[in-house]
Amino acid sequence: MKILVPVKRVPDPATTIRVAPDGAGIATDNVKWVINPFDEIAIEEALRIKEKQGQGEVVLIAVGQQSWQEQLRTGLAMGADRAILVRSDAPLDPLAIARVIAKVAENEKPELIIIGKQAIDDDSNQVGQMIAEMLGWPQATFASKIELNGDRCSVVREVDGGLATVAFPLPAVVTTDLRLNEPRYASLPGIMKARKKPLNEIAVDSLGVDLTPKLKIKVLKTPEKRQAGRKLGSVQELVAALHNEAKVI
Amino acid sequence: MGDVLVFAEHTHGHFPKTTLIAIQAGREMAAKRGGVCCAVVLGASCDGPAAEIARYGVNKVFALEDPRLEHHLADASAQALAGLIKGTGAETLLATATAMGKDLMPRVAARLNAPMASDIVAINDDGTVIRPMYAGNVLATVELDGPVRIVTVRGTAFDAATAGNEAAAIEKVKPELDPASLKMEFVNFNEIKSDRPQLTEARIVVSGGRGLKSGENFKTVLEPLVDELGAAMGASRAAVDAGFVPNDLQVGQTGKVVAPQLYVAVGISGAIQHLAGMKDSKTIVAINKDEEAPIFSVADFGLVADLFKAVPEMTEEVRKLKH
Ligand SMILES: Cc1cc2nc3c(=O)[nH]c(=O)nc-3n(C[C@H](O)[C@H](O)[C@H](O)COP(=O)(O)OP(=O)(O)OC[C@H]3O[C@@H](n4cnc5c(N)ncnc54)[C@H](O)[C@@H]3O)c2cc1C
Ligand SMILES: Nc1ncnc2c1ncn2[C@@H]1O[C@H](COP(=O)(O)O)[C@@H](O)[C@H]1O
Repeated sequence: MKILVPVKRVPDPATTIRVAPDGAGIATDNVKWVINPFDEIAIEEALRIKEKQGQGEVVLIAVGQQSWQEQLRTGLAMGADRAILVRSDAPLDPLAIARVIAKVAENEKPELIIIGKQAIDDDSNQVGQMIAEMLGWPQATFASKIELNGDRCSVVREVDGGLATVAFPLPAVVTTDLRLNEPRYASLPGIMKARKKPLNEIAVDSLGVDLTPKLKIKVLKTPEKRQAGRKLGSVQELVAALHNEAKVI
Repeated sequence: MGDVLVFAEHTHGHFPKTTLIAIQAGREMAAKRGGVCCAVVLGASCDGPAAEIARYGVNKVFALEDPRLEHHLADASAQALAGLIKGTGAETLLATATAMGKDLMPRVAARLNAPMASDIVAINDDGTVIRPMYAGNVLATVELDGPVRIVTVRGTAFDAATAGNEAAAIEKVKPELDPASLKMEFVNFNEIKSDRPQLTEARIVVSGGRGLKSGENFKTVLEPLVDELGAAMGASRAAVDAGFVPNDLQVGQTGKVVAPQLYVAVGISGAIQHLAGMKDSKTIVAINKDEEAPIFSVADFGLVADLFKAVPEMTEEVRKLKH
């Protein structure tokens, strides 16, 4: 089975993010860049499906700058077969990114797109669902378990109040949640092999899709910081403070 | 001009607080855009929920009824909603960023080729909206361009609408669904039943982290405090990943966002991803044995202590207060 996995380059979740002085973006000095954690989970799941089926292809796709090659190489080192970098130097909105990935999917014809539920930089949680609609495919968001049976797929989803199971025929889009799996690390031989795996670059303009931004970020600000209060000496003092001072119990 | 349609999510015909928050946000949006605010309910039959939501200060309620809308399935619901937006000419489709809102709204946005802003916390007079990014480290002012726009709102950022005496008119609409394109099938819903308040509705939330060490300890150590306070229970990702408690209790950047009157964090270190889900709570208490734990930097009241000693003591002190 051919599986397409979108990959986004994001700041390491452990980095402290600061707004750049001009408010147009974040300060990128001292930022370590990584694969979006939900996309690592997506790559891992695709690799497991391929390993279980004993055949297939895992193709990575990123829509971004030259520097994003780094994350694609890491994905290849984890075990993906090849990667596509759609070069776009201007930032795109989720609709445009979804359109680009949907277009590439029309050409690549994967049976499954496994994609992160959310990019931890923009926290949008949109692209996977948009791709599904653009392709007219079924979707399962927030997956914690994926089961394949021939050309049918059933997915357990983490939703409010419990777990929902949906089923549908392939092709389809599945978005990953945290409990789907624990991604592997790239091994040293994996890293060596990744250097020789194909990483094709295509210019975003060559795809002929509408890239006009409709969601525009005007300015970024730092939210007001919450002030630390005080430490109390005992449980009795704590409960008294909550009762008499904060009046919340 | 500037009309708003609110997706009124219901479960078994009941409206969670998150839906009433969407209604309130929808009314605010409509007031600022010079339009009216209507609600839409979806289902196999919607008489009950439509009549209920009609009392919450909306102009009209659209009831999209079809047997294929009995269970929430994103492909069918998106078609139904997109059709209604086109039919009514509404400018904004608004929902709360619940699991269902997140699942469905981007699909409608793609269908309508409309921009979408997720999880907004404020609506500006000029039509722009404010939304957190980077786990709440950044607040972005964003503009949505086009005749139709989609937003989901953060449940903690708006009040809940309240019911009045008057009821809006209800219009039943038969959605146009293209059968060939509906491929999703509902299999089952494994509901986690609990007698406690919902995380997103509770006045008090008590959350446990990895420091609790086991699911058993959640039961024997944390739950008595939760129940003594009449609170909802929450958890850090580490506690959920370890299987101590179900996934829908996760508070944080990638879980639920809460802002109760009182949030008690027990055995939680306070990673930025956790803070993203609770730092707007009115009063925050942290109980942690590590005095350097980052959770103390947002806590109004901190207690450096072994939770296995402090939590049972606190349960007892709270009990005494009541008598
Ligand atoms: C993509 C991504 C998304 C994430 N999303 C979320 C999210 O939504 N929500 C979330 O919570 N996290 C999230 N995380 C994880 C987050 O980074 C932290 O790893 C997690 O919050 C840590 O949980 P914790 O505080 O329970 O565990 P730890 O960090 O291990 O902290 C345990 C704490 O318990 C204290 N402790 C231990 N024993 C005792 C005792 N006997 N008495 C008192 N104190 C004790 C310790 O001092 C320590 O501070 C995410 C991470 C990533 C990468
Ligand atoms: N520029 C991009 N290139 C490739 N994939 C992306 C890009 N932006 C977002 N994605 C994918 O879409 C998912 C959801 O992102 P978002 O909707 O922005 O929260 C991410 O986990 C990525 O897998």
